[in-house]
Amino acid sequence: MSDTADTKQMAYIAAQAADARVNLEIETEGMTLNIGPQHPATHGTLRIVVRLDGEQVISAEPLMGYMHRGYEKLTEVRTYPQVTTLVNRIDWLGSFANEVPFILAAEQLMEVEAPPRAQWIRTALFEMSRIANVVLFLGDMGVQLGAVTPVFFAFRDREFILNQIEAVTGGRFHPNFDRIGGLKDDLPKGWIDETRGVLKRIRNFCDEIETLVVGNEIFQSRTRNIGVIPADIGLSYGLSGANIRSSGVDWDIRRDGGVGLVHNELDWKVWTHPDGDSFARFWVRLQEVRESCTMIEQILDGIPSGPVMAKVPRIIKVPAGEAYVETENPLGVMGYYVISKGDLTPFRVKIRSASFNNVSITPWLLKGVYVPDVISILASLYFILGDIDR
Amino acid sequence: MRKIKLPGLIKGLGVTFKTLVRTLTKGSHTVQYPHVKESPPPRARGVIALHEENCTACMLCARECPDWCIYIEGHKYKAPPRRPGGKPRKKNALDRFDIDFSLCMFCGICVDVCPFEALFWTPEYEYSELKIADLLHDKTLLSQWMETVPDFEDYEAGSEAKKLTVPQ
Amino acid sequence: MSVVLADLAYWQETTIRLVVGLIAVLLPAGTLVYLFLFKMMSFMQSRLGPMEAGPYGSLQLLAEVGKFLQKEDIVPQAADRLIFKLAPFVVLISTFLLILVIPAGPDLWFIDVDTGIFLGLAVSSISVIGILMAGWASSSKYSLLGALRATGQLIAYELPMVLAVVGVIIQAGTLNVQEIVMAQATGEIFGFGGIGNPYVITQFVGFLIFLIAVQAELTQPPFDMPVAESELVTGYLTEYSGLRFLMFFIGEFATAAIFSALAATLFLGGWYVPGLEATDNLFNVIGPIILLGKMLLVAFFIFWFRFTYPRFREDQLQQLAWKVLIPLSLVNIVITGVLKVVF
Repeated sequence: MSDTADTKQMAYIAAQAADARVNLEIETEGMTLNIGPQHPATHGTLRIVVRLDGEQVISAEPLMGYMHRGYEKLTEVRTYPQVTTLVNRIDWLGSFANEVPFILAAEQLMEVEAPPRAQWIRTALFEMSRIANVVLFLGDMGVQLGAVTPVFFAFRDREFILNQIEAVTGGRFHPNFDRIGGLKDDLPKGWIDETRGVLKRIRNFCDEIETLVVGNEIFQSRTRNIGVIPADIGLSYGLSGANIRSSGVDWDIRRDGGVGLVHNELDWKVWTHPDGDSFARFWVRLQEVRESCTMIEQILDGIPSGPVMAKVPRIIKVPAGEAYVETENPLGVMGYYVISKGDLTPFRVKIRSASFNNVSITPWLLKGVYVPDVISILASLYFILGDIDR
Repeated sequence: MRKIKLPGLIKGLGVTFKTLVRTLTKGSHTVQYPHVKESPPPRARGVIALHEENCTACMLCARECPDWCIYIEGHKYKAPPRRPGGKPRKKNALDRFDIDFSLCMFCGICVDVCPFEALFWTPEYEYSELKIADLLHDKTLLSQWMETVPDFEDYEAGSEAKKLTVPQ
Repeated sequence: MSVVLADLAYWQETTIRLVVGLIAVLLPAGTLVYLFLFKMMSFMQSRLGPMEAGPYGSLQLLAEVGKFLQKEDIVPQAADRLIFKLAPFVVLISTFLLILVIPAGPDLWFIDVDTGIFLGLAVSSISVIGILMAGWASSSKYSLLGALRATGQLIAYELPMVLAVVGVIIQAGTLNVQEIVMAQATGEIFGFGGIGNPYVITQFVGFLIFLIAVQAELTQPPFDMPVAESELVTGYLTEYSGLRFLMFFIGEFATAAIFSALAATLFLGGWYVPGLEATDNLFNVIGPIILLGKMLLVAFFIFWFRFTYPRFREDQLQQLAWKVLIPLSLVNIVITGVLKVVF
């Protein structure tokens, strides 16, 4: 953490505290408010213990682990094909994207590469899971700020994306479609045309959100200059994804050295926003959904023909070695560090999930804000509980 | 002509009002479930069907299942030889084939690994039970699901995958 | 009503008043919940809402009431039991007192006092006490925060509401609600008396301020910070269940109905429609229906805002009240006063 920003923050708090204690007689004891583990705003079981002075937060501490499911340990007793079943339950909204980095790491160890057609379809599904994930965020942010309608729009239009994912993979939420060396199956007939129609709906949804939420003056007053993350602080806390891009850091693994996916063959743009506040985080994600739509459209036009599965043995034994692969998942950078000893099962898997780091900035970020802003900041950081606790 | 810039508050009201009118005139996006049913795509993983004749009780599915929810018991028996005078053939008979759908994660690995095309997905989804124990589907029930298995779909242009057929 | 009831015995009169009062509170509230909370909200979100109970789900409300009646009436262990149990009644009382002042026809009213509108606005503030009681007695931090926010908000928005009504009072020259309606029915706009003078035209700013203040008094989005369910669970309602929660619920929507009716009475001409003589006996029959129609119109806007907007933060909504609405309504009063003297 940079010292200057911290000192600034401390000075601000000191000034606020001094204001509050002008008259010693009305000085009050702080109150500890326990937000969570069961609370409407924590979308799961995140617990945040905040010390309050009136409505102002003195300190906040996120306590994680209420949903720890032990995936890193479980992978040690599962064969490689079984692991994909488990890991797509980490970030349950964009589940296909969870499988990709693990499969890529395993492919790297086995020195196989998926055929081009498989890579293109993989990228399309990867981006579709991003849309499914972020569309819900765009609606959910409204709910956290008190507008009930956007989330229903989000559920309505996410349904179409999920239908398309289901038509290919057979699973709406847990596709388990990636295989080492390619994909389980090819696209069904008529899927490409249907998907084009769905993308039009998603764009339409983005426009609706733009007028209903982004353009709303109340929304802007609730999010602008709230929860500002300077770029250096964000980087030092390990923030990634749209959270750091909205602080003006132009960093996207899809463009900067992604392996195994075909983002570099597409024409798209990495969106950033200079402000770093809640509004910027919302806005960047909104643009990313649109960008994903253009990406998928290009993929639909350009899918090469060929097989979808490389030659891999029926019983998969991964040769000994280590591999770390990370991809730009909907929530941020997700990486799998796989160590293999040549067995049927991985020896050790370390999962770097984006939400864990994204939430870890909250003690710094929540100092000095008001209780309503705690919620809007948490919502704009956008975490999935499964992604924090794994 | 200069466009008058409306405040976002009023434009937002327009969005909800438009949706109100659309729902009233064109109907809602939701369906009234028990009365109207949506049909999932043919690939949807609803429930697993068993084609009993194809099963050789090889236990591959039971072994590969990530949460071990398939229970198989079988025995070997000698079938009469194909040609007169030949040796009797060794065959596997299936005594028990249960899938516990209260444990199943619907990953589809068992269907994938089955080397004899005995397991199939069907998009059927209405098999909830009042008691959790009733979710253990035995082989008669699993065989009944076979009737609901849809044909495999054709593939999109450019695919080299071979279309499989469902045994009837 | 007083005229109709003049020859009856005291107990008969009281019973009839009680029954009519109950109907006058519960029927509009139920209509609002079904039409707007169940149906309009659903349509705005591309869904149909309740469809199973009765035709188009029209009996859903009864089902909900039945559900609430079955639930256990839980009182938290550390709660102040008496206050906790009393709080919903205090909120309901304010609602029932508020209906008294609204006339539904030339001879249909509960009480006809000369300071009717003053009485109405005064009793509407009683609910603050009930909310504060609920929040304090629940012994829950969320409830306490919610109750304190509600108190701050209700007090802040009481002022613009009263000040917005002052414009109407100046124009009508009376505090009597029935006479305000009469003034609108017989009034003229710059010499044109064809549609009477509904004050929404001359007091448009006052009408807007009144609507915003009503929205805040009802603690509905965008002013629902006291019950903000994404942060305070449900504010002062957090610990309530069963019947007592139902009473808060009825209180909320009945108040919404009555405030809409009040807005309709003060600004849209109440039970009067142009084309008939204001003293026509027919209005004693169709007056309540006209009032209901106008009330639904106002409530439509209130609920439309509710389903579209996110909520203000506590400090922002205080700023809106003290820095925008109150100065604006003061200016409105001054202009109304000047115009009243000039014309």
